[in-house]
Amino acid sequence: MAGSKKSGQIALNIIFVILVVMAVAPLVILISSSFTDEAELLQSGYNFWPKKFSLGAYEYLFRSSNKLVRACVVTVIVTAAGTFINVMLTILFAYPLSRKELPFRSFFSFYVFFTMLFNGGLVPVYMMWTQTFGIKNTIWALIIPRLMMNAFYIIMMRSFFQSSIPDSLIEAARIDGGGEFCILFKIVMPLSKPMIATISLMVGLGYWNDWTNSLYFVTDESLFSIQAMLNTILTNIQFLATSAGSVGGAAVTLPSAGVRMAIAVVGAVPVLCVYPFFQKYFVKGIVVGGVKG
Amino acid sequence: METKVYRKRKKIRKNILTLYAMMIPGFIYIFINNYMPLPGLAIAFKRFDYSKGIWDSPWTGLSNFTYLFKSQDALNMVRNTLGYNLVFIILGNVIAVAVAVMLNFLKGKMNKKVYQTLILMPYLVSTVVVSYIVYAFLGQESGFLNSLLVSMGKDKISWYTSPKYWPYILTIVFIWKNFGYSSILYYAAVIGIDSSLYEAAMVDGAGRMRQVWHVTLPGLKNTIITMVLLQIGKMFYSDFGLFYQVPMRSGLITSVTDTIDVFVYRNLSMLNDIGRASAAGFLQSMLGFALILAVNFIVRRVDRDSALF
Repeated sequence: MAGSKKSGQIALNIIFVILVVMAVAPLVILISSSFTDEAELLQSGYNFWPKKFSLGAYEYLFRSSNKLVRACVVTVIVTAAGTFINVMLTILFAYPLSRKELPFRSFFSFYVFFTMLFNGGLVPVYMMWTQTFGIKNTIWALIIPRLMMNAFYIIMMRSFFQSSIPDSLIEAARIDGGGEFCILFKIVMPLSKPMIATISLMVGLGYWNDWTNSLYFVTDESLFSIQAMLNTILTNIQFLATSAGSVGGAAVTLPSAGVRMAIAVVGAVPVLCVYPFFQKYFVKGIVVGGVKG
Repeated sequence: METKVYRKRKKIRKNILTLYAMMIPGFIYIFINNYMPLPGLAIAFKRFDYSKGIWDSPWTGLSNFTYLFKSQDALNMVRNTLGYNLVFIILGNVIAVAVAVMLNFLKGKMNKKVYQTLILMPYLVSTVVVSYIVYAFLGQESGFLNSLLVSMGKDKISWYTSPKYWPYILTIVFIWKNFGYSSILYYAAVIGIDSSLYEAAMVDGAGRMRQVWHVTLPGLKNTIITMVLLQIGKMFYSDFGLFYQVPMRSGLITSVTDTIDVFVYRNLSMLNDIGRASAAGFLQSMLGFALILAVNFIVRRVDRDSALF
């Protein structure tokens, strides 16, 4: 019995090691390729281990092309501003929804919930943002159209407030003369830190990885985020070369095979590095957010 | 006494006004982002003219729809959207449940946590980056698979121009990116199962497989139903990035890679064929809505607790 249990555990661990390798190996090929010498890449192709190590692709990116640096700045600004605004709007909408004394509460819940069932689709949304609001080629195009796309987060937040903040606490604060804003900021929000952290992470990840808003609304290169840049380079690697000519001098040739992968690494690795520290919140977000809206 | 009650009422009313005030920004945003575009669905019945705008463009009845369904493209994209979703739902959930169950039998806190962390990584990478990774494998000249084929003395395969491989490629990429996410979701439900049920099963002499069959799977039933329903409700929608980015917009394989979302985007922005785009989008919104209502209706009949609303 004990023997079979042990061998069972070994088998399970082997299965998981295989799963992990399958999950991670494609990321390894990406990173390894970005550190491989260009000539080597062209000769023997992308591989899991750099046969000839080189920082050439990164050197080219950060020295000869000012576009990537700019894209990093855009990505960081959009992610920070977008996450902050999004989370604030979510909290401010979810908190009143969690209060039982709010008149027409079910109407407001439905108002949010309905957006998950029915939407106008890309065409009307695109027409409205570009024709009526004219956000094409502004930084707002990267922040606003997906601010609260996810009604999910509002509902998650509301459920958390309802289940984890005791009514008596709010009642007591009210008797002490605290206004609703004061109660929200001084009592409710500090008690909701785990949930706020979870939602912030999910929203932040969404903004960092977003390329659709740029695809729909941005053609101005100076507003390209890292993901938008990747999206352009996928079919047009010369996008980088032209800028290199004007900035770094025409003498630099574009190490296209390695540079592609190097930018992809710049787009992916910050998230992968940060995530293990916040894994707890991520997993929580998946668990709470995934099942029911 | 009366004044006191009156004052309390007034205080409550003031509180409620403050609560409403908090909701204003979100309310307005949702109205603009989610409700204001809805009348725009009417574009599907118009011959849209940028110079005239939505409301002054002439009505054309159903001509956008008849035009849409004249082309083979339209039928392909509907087939692809539904077909891929069906495969993704079945395979995705089976794999995720299997991984979740195995994760539960695994002993040792440390390795459990490490495995969980690592299998979730593909989920965190943007679809654009995923398309670069796929390119590293499938690229014509320097792709890993072609180098491997050459080293084995075989001919290179032109992946990005051969439709027959793509149903498999897209399925593999989808599973790779999402299995960690859904496994962890199911794992949370597995942990929630009352452990005394396992003990009782063990007393009855049930082995591992029987425990899974009689305890774990019944315990997961509601979660599985809810997940599958949510996914069925979205069957007319697809992961735009997966179908648009990963095939690298290769024109030769669109018959097996185009879904409704890709079709709408391509007609809207590249071909500037707003008639077809809006007709396809209109059908997607309406059928998607009808589907989720129908699914929910059926579930309410069968098992009220599993219904979405």
